[in-house]
Amino acid sequence: MLALDIPWGVMAIILPLAGAMSCFLWPRCALPLGLVTALAIVICVAGLGWQLLEQGAQRYAVGGWGAPLGIDLYADGLTLLMLMMTAVVGLGISIYSCGYFNQDRARHFWPLWMFLWAALNALFLSADIFNLYVTLELLGLAAVALVALAGGADALTGAMRYLLVSLLGSLCYLLGVALLYHSFGSVDIATLAERVESSPAVWAAMGLMITGLLLKTALFPLHFWLPSAHASAPAPVSALLSALVVKASFYILLRLWLEIFPFAGAALAQLLGLLGAAAVLWGGLQALRQTRLKMLIAYSTVAQLGYLFLAFPLASITGWTGALYVLLSHAAAKTAMFMAAGNILYFGGHDRIVDLDRVVQHLPLTITAFALAGISIMGLPPSGGFIAKWLLLEAAIRSGQWWWGIALILGGLLSAAWVFKVVGYAFTRSEVPHEARAVPAAMEWTALLMAVVAILLGLFVPWLLALMEIGLPFGGEGSAG
Amino acid sequence: MNWSAALPLFVLASSLLPGLVIFFLPEERVATRSSLNLAGAVLKLVLAGVMVWGIFHGSHFETRLPLLPGLDLLLRADSLSMLFVVLSSILWLVTTVYAIGYLEGSPNRSRFFGFFSLCVTATVGVALAGNLITFLLFYELLTLATYPLIVHRGTEVARRAGRTYLIYTVAGGTLLLIGTVWLYTLAGTLEFTPRGFLSTLDGASSTALVIIFVLLIAGLGVKAALIPLHGWLPQAMVAPAPVSALLHAVAVVKAGAFGIVRVVYDVYGIQFSATLGVTLPLAIVAAATIIYGSMRALFQDDLKRRLAFSTISQVAYIVLGIAIVGPIAAVGGLVHLVHQGVMKITLFFCAGNLAETLGIHKISEMNGVGRRMPWTMAAFTIAAFGMIGAPPLAGFISKWYLGLGALDAGQGWVIFILAGSSLLNAGYFLPILYAAWFKTPADAWPAERAFGRRETAWALLAPPLVTAFLTLAVGLLASAPFSPLQWARFITTLEYAE
Amino acid sequence: MIPAFLYALVGVGLFTLGLYALIIHAHLLRKILALNVMASGVFLVLVALAARTQGMPDPVAHAMVITGIVVAVSATALALVLMLRVRIATGRAELAKEPLE
Repeated sequence: MLALDIPWGVMAIILPLAGAMSCFLWPRCALPLGLVTALAIVICVAGLGWQLLEQGAQRYAVGGWGAPLGIDLYADGLTLLMLMMTAVVGLGISIYSCGYFNQDRARHFWPLWMFLWAALNALFLSADIFNLYVTLELLGLAAVALVALAGGADALTGAMRYLLVSLLGSLCYLLGVALLYHSFGSVDIATLAERVESSPAVWAAMGLMITGLLLKTALFPLHFWLPSAHASAPAPVSALLSALVVKASFYILLRLWLEIFPFAGAALAQLLGLLGAAAVLWGGLQALRQTRLKMLIAYSTVAQLGYLFLAFPLASITGWTGALYVLLSHAAAKTAMFMAAGNILYFGGHDRIVDLDRVVQHLPLTITAFALAGISIMGLPPSGGFIAKWLLLEAAIRSGQWWWGIALILGGLLSAAWVFKVVGYAFTRSEVPHEARAVPAAMEWTALLMAVVAILLGLFVPWLLALMEIGLPFGGEGSAG
Repeated sequence: MNWSAALPLFVLASSLLPGLVIFFLPEERVATRSSLNLAGAVLKLVLAGVMVWGIFHGSHFETRLPLLPGLDLLLRADSLSMLFVVLSSILWLVTTVYAIGYLEGSPNRSRFFGFFSLCVTATVGVALAGNLITFLLFYELLTLATYPLIVHRGTEVARRAGRTYLIYTVAGGTLLLIGTVWLYTLAGTLEFTPRGFLSTLDGASSTALVIIFVLLIAGLGVKAALIPLHGWLPQAMVAPAPVSALLHAVAVVKAGAFGIVRVVYDVYGIQFSATLGVTLPLAIVAAATIIYGSMRALFQDDLKRRLAFSTISQVAYIVLGIAIVGPIAAVGGLVHLVHQGVMKITLFFCAGNLAETLGIHKISEMNGVGRRMPWTMAAFTIAAFGMIGAPPLAGFISKWYLGLGALDAGQGWVIFILAGSSLLNAGYFLPILYAAWFKTPADAWPAERAFGRRETAWALLAPPLVTAFLTLAVGLLASAPFSPLQWARFITTLEYAE
Repeated sequence: MIPAFLYALVGVGLFTLGLYALIIHAHLLRKILALNVMASGVFLVLVALAARTQGMPDPVAHAMVITGIVVAVSATALALVLMLRVRIATGRAELAKEPLE
């Protein structure tokens, strides 16, 4: 079949790059160009999914140069799910931003966003640790520029702090790459996985790389930069930062952990789990204390990122699946939430929680989106978040480490507390009336659709798990049960 | 998918789809909204009737959709679930009529009716759930769908009540989740099986099973308003009357009680529960709730709050009937699931009528109201006597079987609880009746609305009359085929069959 | 082998020095310079360790360094522009201790 021979994975990188260039060259047509590219990428990812289902995990040698010298791309079930997540969220953000940005902002937004998308796709497809560094840097630079797009002192200082942290993280990672390359003479993940053995240099490399990536993933206590950057950015940018960008560095960490550092040992896994649990609790408590909606949502991202690390000490397929499910459902739910917050800001000109003043009557779709996303975030059924919580809890009890379940449960309760705090105020009359401005219907509907995706994730689990098992990224006999 | 596999889904869809459509209807499309609602309610009743008929003739209705590896989303109609489904369908229909009349002209009705339909969907889902995870799913959905109805009025009091409700129910749901996951890791299945699936389990320590039992019952006890988990119910009375009537007197609290029945019968099995020694503590908690609820009800001046405490007390009868461990008491408990629903919804409808027509919220304002609204108060009187347990009304049947069953099972102390509770019931209902019928009315009602020659709007008057009639009918015709009593007997023979 | 190892050690030293400066200095230009020093340290390590084989040094490492330099230059450019914008917006080329409300 001809369609099966197309290197869909390569296309998924080239398309957004081309889109970025054309948006940059013809700024007046940026919007249609960007939307067309976004649709094309979605089709590409669908094609890749089909290819993987038919032929199993794929490896592309770009330009015909093989692994040791050229750049290899590799796609398995994990890659596919990340690409699909990016495609769905990306399409939503593309549509949302049509209404959100005015002509002038849109000119800057589209090229940067397309570059960011290209970097994300390239990152998920990369098969060598140096290429991962390059894509990580590209991703960071595009993300920083997008944060700065909001203008204003908050956004600029947020962006600056984010840039410094991001560069520091990348440099730590690069030093680790240098040490690994020196020890084993390769940067290809598969080759490294064969050759790797425990030595001081490898431990140093592991420490550096993990630290760098944790800094970028904003795991407690390295999360200090995240709330200001994510809260001050324009709403669609906040959405893609929280939903996608922080997940990218976690993805690298996950790959390295599974492939190159299997010898890392239980102690380190326990440490990561502990930090994750602390993040869940700290993020939840801080979110509850916030007075501004976007800041609250940003702190909730800190908490949700903590869940991802609870899978490390559990180290079972169920646990990894649970973490992956947190990742996917959080991406959809958090996008919906930031979009909803963006709508409220757009409508009332502020996002103070106590002054939401019956916003549910003016923006029913937006509040519905927020509430549905909230259901997923707090892990109530039926939603992706519930499935994630169930799997993690099951893994925790099965491995006899039930105490991780406590963090999971408390985190869920904390999120329930802040979600319903916001929803409660959205139903209640307040002293300060809104200076209302009509919100474009596209913005309300995209927010709702993203929230519905988060809910639907809870109903199509077997299907997604089947995709995840392509190429067995988590090892084992391929059963997630 | 064949016909019998699709039917449970249709029953759910008959309230889910109208609900979703209603959300998007503009506020002024009253006729479309009302007809959608009524059509859904009638359809659900018809479908439920078809399922009852089918089960009676030996058909099986089961929908199975994969949810997680090894776990299915399972909807299954068995005799116990049909008891609850039919009850919810009938009362939903009646309440829909009532709500249309009650909310006439008030704002945000699309939102209200949308969430109302979602609540009914969740209740029917709870009833039809064939395993614990499906049950959990709909149980939480019920929590979520009820919240907007409690805060519907948008006042500060409503927001606080909503917060209290959530603190209780979300915490309860969490306990239920922990218990369910733990049970799954031990047993490897969650499917409801007659006489339980745990008694044959090897290798699981009974301590763990007892802890799981406590977790599950605590999680369910929140909605069933067992003490000390009852605090949300009186506060939730800020919601509009139809919500208090259907949801807080019937759907939500019954979902909890029904869940307890499921856990005791179809997860643990009644004999195995008795062996574990968990039934006696459960019976004691239920008995304490019965007495405590009635005591608190005595001292409430707010009519709806008094009814709320009465609900707390009455729902515990169901739990008590299960926990006595005997077939006759079980009949009493199960039949009270229906009887209490019919009686309590009548009382709430009447309370709503008084508030809506005359602005009466307090018992001290009810002097002589029987002369102004004779039909409403007649319905109220029938339901109140039913609650007290006067023969031949519905409540008498329940109490009779409970008492007989307790003696049969050698638990004589329950008789004292029943007698005390009946005395207390009389203590808090009779003064209301006396005031309403025999005291002279005040000069003016707090906020009277004129309805021409009728005492109130038809849509408000008909529902309590219908449910009051049902209260009479289920008592008088208790031995007729298909009566709740016969159905409850049918269920208990399955559970206690050797 | 020995001189290459020495260079690598110097590289690690530069990295540490840069990290120290990044943390203690408040002025953004100093922070950006500190990051550049760190980057140079990493590149030095890469180049030095490339000499591990006999005869010709490893070209792959050099390719990596060149890529790294390109990335570092663009990152520095972005950082400098951003610094100027921060200065215009807040009047200081420093990061506020607490995020502004």
